[in-house]
Amino acid sequence: MVTAGASTSRDATGEALLQVDDLHVEYAGPHGAVRAVDGVSFAIRPGEVVGLAGESGSGKSTIAQAILRILQPPAIITGGRVHFNGRDVLEMSDRELEDFRWEEVSMVFQSAMNSLNPVTTIGDQIVDAILAHERISRKTATGRARELLNIVGIEEGRINDYPHQLSGGMRQRAVIAIALALNPPLMIMDEPTTALDVVVQKEIMSQIAELKERLGFSILFITHDISLLVEISDTIAIMYAGQIVEMAAARTLFERPLHPYTQGLMSSFPALTGERKRLTGIPGSPPNLIHPPSGCRFHPRCPHRFKPCDSVVPPFTEVEPDHWVACHLHTWQGER
Amino acid sequence: MQTGEQAKTPLGQLDTDEIVMDVRHLTKRFPVGGLFSQSKVHALDDVSFTLPRGKIVTLVGESGSGKSTTARVLARLIQPTSGQILYNGRDIVREEPRKASLQYRSEVQMVFQDPFGSLNPAHPIRYSLERPLKIHKKARSRGEISDRIDELLTTVGLEPPGEVAAKFPYQLSGGQRQRVAFARALAVDPKVMLADEPVSMLDVSIRIGVLNLMERLSKERGISFLYITHDIASARYIGDQTNVMYAGRMVESAESVELIDEPAHPYTKLLLSAVPNPKAGLKVNELTARGEIPSLLDPPPGCPFAPRCPFAMPVCRETMPGISVIGPQHWVRCHLFPQPAESGG
Repeated sequence: MVTAGASTSRDATGEALLQVDDLHVEYAGPHGAVRAVDGVSFAIRPGEVVGLAGESGSGKSTIAQAILRILQPPAIITGGRVHFNGRDVLEMSDRELEDFRWEEVSMVFQSAMNSLNPVTTIGDQIVDAILAHERISRKTATGRARELLNIVGIEEGRINDYPHQLSGGMRQRAVIAIALALNPPLMIMDEPTTALDVVVQKEIMSQIAELKERLGFSILFITHDISLLVEISDTIAIMYAGQIVEMAAARTLFERPLHPYTQGLMSSFPALTGERKRLTGIPGSPPNLIHPPSGCRFHPRCPHRFKPCDSVVPPFTEVEPDHWVACHLHTWQGER
Repeated sequence: MQTGEQAKTPLGQLDTDEIVMDVRHLTKRFPVGGLFSQSKVHALDDVSFTLPRGKIVTLVGESGSGKSTTARVLARLIQPTSGQILYNGRDIVREEPRKASLQYRSEVQMVFQDPFGSLNPAHPIRYSLERPLKIHKKARSRGEISDRIDELLTTVGLEPPGEVAAKFPYQLSGGQRQRVAFARALAVDPKVMLADEPVSMLDVSIRIGVLNLMERLSKERGISFLYITHDIASARYIGDQTNVMYAGRMVESAESVELIDEPAHPYTKLLLSAVPNPKAGLKVNELTARGEIPSLLDPPPGCPFAPRCPFAMPVCRETMPGISVIGPQHWVRCHLFPQPAESGG
């Protein structure tokens, strides 16, 4: 896969916290294997926020699960490497994985606020998470839990509340507190605010940004909402049908998207200001991943397709410094 | 009902247009608790608006604001506690108190949020479209039915229609299924469509297509839409008039662009400040208020937004503000604005 090229440049910096190389994940099914993730490479540096954007079925959540090795059959990692601080995650034993998860990488899911244990107080749930990994007294751990609730903006006094006593936004804050409990250098957030109302979403996003500044962890932020990503990310990778089709600094991607899919995504959001102009969205639907389209996977929906698009896979290429795109429009050398 | 003296209030009427639906002082309370409990959830409280012919009127608000309850009351799926629904001038709740007539049910159609749950998975698309045609006697012979189905699918942009009609719901994408849901609603020649979050479960790239379809249907067929959404930017995109709901109350109403450019209610301002804005970047703590919608169970008197409102005054916790008209199609319910003389709250 040509995408490996992306990681080569990142290797050169030699400081990646998480390094994903040519990752492949398949779901075995009765009608053939679904290639949910097909040759994905990217890196996250300490303190960096990398956004992964894509529609349902683009493989973004599968990547998160593959990094944490929590994929359930029929999903299997069929190729590639995942390195964290130089250690090979795909080679880790179950014992090593126990420490890796939560201590080094924690995760906040979309539905996490509903995954809290309903019969245990939120304080105890944070304390349990700490005690499962650290040999400290329950009293010390409770002190830490209070501190964590403060950090995420929940009044300490609610430490003995049960999940049902908290609103959706507060429950999601509690989940973030649990994810922070062991002070991991990387947090994976998969649609952490999608189930919440916009006002609460804004509060949580501001909170996450503030915590990141204060504590300095890295984030892999996964969402379908590209406008949310532009606000919080340093780097954004756009996924389509199991592959990264464009990757660049958030500003660059927002102001100068090069891939027609990214351009289509950007023109799928009605604006709050400016002229009320007609939007087109993207015609068609995301493809079937059992038999993905030949050549560029986006070609059946692409308004700019030309000769090579339905037969030649476009290479993922750095067309300008730190701006990678897989599209013949920007790389094709042959006849047009 | 206390509609008598209040019926004259100018509730954002688009007076140049033909009003298809005139909703007045709609209130819905759900009793909760045991047999002797007096507790009630105030799901809707004095909600009034009009739906002109061929226009798209938007209800925007957070979950629990009463948007969906409004649509369900208008579809006659639930009975209002009080208030009137004037449909083409007829007081429909009074005339058809127990169950809506077949005519009303065909002329007022609803499209739901979930295109995955609203089509029968065991039958092809053709079946879902045949049923309303037969039940409402819109087509009789087999040939006529088949022609209508082709026409409906073409109208909503599903082509070739013959091929799509033979497919099962699982063979279609979410966007295509939502288009089928629109085709099914169109089968009975509706005058009003109540679209409850019709795009929020769809992928972003296909949302615009469905919004454009709604706009086309309103323009070409003169169908009036009640578009319910939490996405205020999409209200600006297709809505003619936008109403903001909070905790079962309508707090502001204005022409859609004006509402966003010149919001008057502190809650509308809060909603607008929460919309992700890539152009500006994320600023920490820029929100003007925090918290969430209060419990609707036996709410205290006064403005429901007062506990979160940065401008709250003592009066806000005592009386519900009346309607202040601040523009040709713009009104707000907030004590920051001069209160109408006749309003008792």
